Amino acid sequence: MDPLDLVGAEPGPARTILFDGRPVPALPGQTLAAALWADGVLAWRTTRTGGRPRGAFCGIGQCFDCLATVNGRPNQRLCLLPAEHGDAVTTQEGHGHGDLAV
Amino acid sequence: MATSRSEAGPIRYDLAVIGAGPAGLAAADAAAALGLRVALLDAGARLGGQYYRHPAPELGAARPEKLHHGWRTFDRLRERLAAAPLVDHLPEHHVWAAERGEHWTLHATRGPERADRATVTARGLLLATGAYERQLPFPGWTLPGVVTAGGAQAMLKSGLVLPGRRIVVAGSGPLLLAVASSLAAAGARVPAIVEATGYLGYGRGLPVLAGNPAKLAEGAEHAARLLRHGVRLRRRAAVVEAHGTDRITAVTVARLDARWKPVPGSGRRIACDALAIGHGLVPQIDLAVELGAATVTTADGTAALRVDAQQRTSVPGLWAAGETCGVGGADLALAEGVLAAHSVAGKPAPARELTVRRRRRGFAALMAAAHAPGPDWTGWVTDDTDVCRCEEVPARAVREAVTELGAADARTVKLLTRAGMGWCQGRMCGPAVACLSGGPLGGPDSRPLSCPVPLAQLAEPDEPFVQ
Repeated sequence: MDPLDLVGAEPGPARTILFDGRPVPALPGQTLAAALWADGVLAWRTTRTGGRPRGAFCGIGQCFDCLATVNGRPNQRLCLLPAEHGDAVTTQEGHGHGDLAV
Repeated sequence: MATSRSEAGPIRYDLAVIGAGPAGLAAADAAAALGLRVALLDAGARLGGQYYRHPAPELGAARPEKLHHGWRTFDRLRERLAAAPLVDHLPEHHVWAAERGEHWTLHATRGPERADRATVTARGLLLATGAYERQLPFPGWTLPGVVTAGGAQAMLKSGLVLPGRRIVVAGSGPLLLAVASSLAAAGARVPAIVEATGYLGYGRGLPVLAGNPAKLAEGAEHAARLLRHGVRLRRRAAVVEAHGTDRITAVTVARLDARWKPVPGSGRRIACDALAIGHGLVPQIDLAVELGAATVTTADGTAALRVDAQQRTSVPGLWAAGETCGVGGADLALAEGVLAAHSVAGKPAPARELTVRRRRRGFAALMAAAHAPGPDWTGWVTDDTDVCRCEEVPARAVREAVTELGAADARTVKLLTRAGMGWCQGRMCGPAVACLSGGPLGGPDSRPLSCPVPLAQLAEPDEPFVQ
């Protein structure tokens, strides 16, 4: 049994997103976080101070732990964003604005 | 029902309902039946809130009810609202402030990327914003694979995914049984449900239980499912540590005494690849608190809105229904939504909903008392446990602020340590910081903006949004 079997899901063909350059399948209607979980990926950010890995925690947009860089924009909540074909998710280091460092 | 992304501007509604979960759906439905023009705003893309959260249509789920209790009620409400010309559903509208004047003006950001804004005006306002989960920190709780119980449930219900294959469910409260039951049905192995209380508290309220046969039936349904999947309920125990380096690989479960202090030497390791954890729910009442609405403290230490028999808060023109008035479940929320709608319309309250409310409020009080965190849970928080996840503030810093720097309340601790100043604005660490600061578990938090808002939107003039 898996969740798709349980609810008798018949999704359309999977899309492909890129996680740090690696292709990952995403079912239509899934968020980026869900697609990554389905692929066994649980972390897509490192913290500002300790450099520790983080991923989705609350799953509903409240905790902001699931931030990552999406298509070049840092600090996006992956638990809210629908996965679109070709989306590029990049592991975010710290605040995600490393390019602005002086 | 019109589902509108762009027509929110010029209409003056009789009633704006914030939150499209059980309370908001029932209220919008009843209000429209009474002839009111209703705006139903919700941060999510689809009706249902967290309770009726369900997969996007593109996932093609033929049997979404397999992950739900009371799905038929939702289906009926959804159908009726779809056919109700007086209700406008405004999805992906996250209301960040409500202003009171001659009428209510609501300010919202729109979409998951908060790309633009909207303004909605209405004569009456109903807050049906539900609740979020209470978290108590423990060593290792920031490891990937440690997720909130409600979060595991939400990701499963909407995305049809699991965080792992072998998932420990822990914390306190009836939500844990529902979560474990869904996870197991969806194919996860659940080696244990770890519940901090003994569930004996319910025994003290036998007359209340007798008046709520539906709640007992729901409990029995979960119990039967859990039994079928061989899931064990460990009572009076807690996860006191999650192990792993880059992701969780095991937890240590220890017995608790009556004050929730871990019993030394009782720790046992359970291997797992995910942990779903939560300690009950906290009413989401930021918008009303900013308006000065009076609150009450519930038996499990959370702040809820004080309402009268008509679901009116202490702020004129502001009603509340469901979890915002104290956590009590979907049936109670549905009833209170209907009662609020009648009050807004100036109609007498229907008898059926009055009865449901009386019985379920009794059950809610019993539940809150039974699952209130014991005072000594902080015993499992080591000095280097991060209390504030966003700002990475360890318990040591909080404790030093209290003992060395003389901080006497959570606000001072926050100013000294930054605990609660990050992205989530203390939603994850608030109760814990309050407790470690020597105070009660939680008063109402003050959040002038109820979610992060881009500066450009704050700077825009206040004209109604027209696309």
